[in-house]
Amino acid sequence: MDDALDRFYGALLHDDAEALYEEAPCAYLSTTPDGLIVKTNETFLTWIGLGREDVAGRLRFVDLLAPGSRVYHETHHLPLLLMHGRAQEIALDLVRSDGHRMPAIMNSVVERDADGRPVVIRTALFDATERRRYEQELVAAKQRAEASELEARVLADLVQGSLIPPQVPTVAGLTFGGAYRPAGRGEQIGGDFYDIFELPGGSWIVVLGDVEGKGVEAAVVTVLVRHVARSAAAHSERPAQILHEINDALFGHPSERFCTAVVLWLRPSATGWTASIGLAGHPPVLLTRATTGATTDIGTYGRLLGAFDGTDFDDVDVEIETGDSLVLYTDGVSEGRGPRGWYGEDRLRELVGSLAGSPPDVIADRVLSESLAFQQDHPRDDIAIVAVTVD
Amino acid sequence: MVFAHGFGCDQHMWEPVAAMFEDRFRVVLFDHAGAGDADPTAYDVDRHSTLAGYADDVVALLRELGLTDVVFVAHSVSCMIGALAAIEAPELFAKLVMVGPSARYLNDDGYVGGFDPVDIEGLLEALQSNYLGWSAQMAPAIVGNAHRPELGDTMTASFCRTDPEIAARFAQVTFTSDNRADLAAVTTPTLVIQCRDDIIAPEVVGEYVRDHLPDATYALLAATGHCPNLSAPDETATAIARFVDG
Repeated sequence: MDDALDRFYGALLHDDAEALYEEAPCAYLSTTPDGLIVKTNETFLTWIGLGREDVAGRLRFVDLLAPGSRVYHETHHLPLLLMHGRAQEIALDLVRSDGHRMPAIMNSVVERDADGRPVVIRTALFDATERRRYEQELVAAKQRAEASELEARVLADLVQGSLIPPQVPTVAGLTFGGAYRPAGRGEQIGGDFYDIFELPGGSWIVVLGDVEGKGVEAAVVTVLVRHVARSAAAHSERPAQILHEINDALFGHPSERFCTAVVLWLRPSATGWTASIGLAGHPPVLLTRATTGATTDIGTYGRLLGAFDGTDFDDVDVEIETGDSLVLYTDGVSEGRGPRGWYGEDRLRELVGSLAGSPPDVIADRVLSESLAFQQDHPRDDIAIVAVTVD
Repeated sequence: MVFAHGFGCDQHMWEPVAAMFEDRFRVVLFDHAGAGDADPTAYDVDRHSTLAGYADDVVALLRELGLTDVVFVAHSVSCMIGALAAIEAPELFAKLVMVGPSARYLNDDGYVGGFDPVDIEGLLEALQSNYLGWSAQMAPAIVGNAHRPELGDTMTASFCRTDPEIAARFAQVTFTSDNRADLAAVTTPTLVIQCRDDIIAPEVVGEYVRDHLPDATYALLAATGHCPNLSAPDETATAIARFVDG
């Protein structure tokens, strides 16, 4: 008890106001409003390596700053200080008498007289050598991160652009329309894709799919699926065969990502076109008849691609004629969520039905815009739509 | 009377002086593109890569407001912006007041500007170390708030704060500018206000501007430093008043 009390009073007596000022673990500096040094504490003199007689009344604060800091002080720090009476955590470099720099962090306040005129600027400086080094590393890291983020975004746009056909092909007897929107703000590569290509003999294939996840790994799988679909189409007869080959490729691929897809095969027929449709874990295709205006689901459910070894798939044929339309979409449309719940397939079917007779680009755009509006323009999943009508 | 702020600040730095002219002048304060509360979209990397771009802004501003017979009061780098604007559209200007002007900041053969390229590098470093928290803390306050509902806090937060990238570009544009050859083309009567101990624009630099302007009046203040409009508003306003009233 007595020991503790002794220590308390010992410390209190030792630390009188003068000692507190002179030997404080930070530097104190007072200047006139225009910067002439009036007085400093011992700590400051030790840091700067000058005697009291060299400093007070002789030097201005800017005289002790590195050139860059000097300009910053005059153009930023001092105006801020004079306008607002205080400035905090300003980083400046002092130059010691031996020429070495000492990074410091400083807080300043302006003391004013009764009329509000500045009388003295009081400044406390802290040695920030280590902190500044760390901050410089952080700044460098931030710059690197920003640079690589920019690079990644450019790359993502480039890849995305190559995965989605920028323009749908012009085909005698058919008209295509496509729409695409990645999730969120659309800065990352999405997992939805579509591809439209012609086969010898005048038939056309549309592949539209949804690779699980997003980013670089999903993009790799997307490229793989599209590549396999195109090469399989060259020696296949039916959508089911193409899906089978994609499944094999994906199942054997180390990515362990799954994919849903719809393959639509369009062949010219006597009255129009024969549409063969195969589904793999994917929502059905919407067929709208010009004659009745009725919209129905086409396709039988098939398993997810890449999940099971040796999966077999089914496909179905429908005849389509002038004015009929087919709409292929990903679940980003039907499973889009908004304040009113799920968008749902019923709502989608109704919308597509109401668009009977419209050009396919109008159908695709309207399905996209309705879905986005339902989700208040912030889709959680990618959206891909392809519409095709018979001329 | 139109007041133009310099590098590192915004229009608020002119308030103490401008207040003394409100009774007999229409007083206009503005922020340069990229500074203060200027609309962030007004800043254009190409347009504002030279002081001439800023001068075009000034001329456009005066025309937009239908101002003629203008007393253009400029601080620091805005002095040369004002000079270029007055060359471009002399009919708009009655008088120029240049506070702490410099026609060239970098030293050159036979010319003392006060700066070497290494100093500019040092400034860019200092700018950077003082913008560590900018993107996180300042961006929303500045970019997201065009109307400034409450001046007080917003002003404290944004005064002398600029997007660090723009600040670095403006620093480059300012400190690498060379307007020595333009001075002779300024026909507008000009007051050069010079402080003592100004490390940004030393007396020899102000004297150069005075000596190369066709119609210059010179006022050496007792005030020291680069910002007499803040450190000595009374003396600064008195010098301006003597010139515009006299």
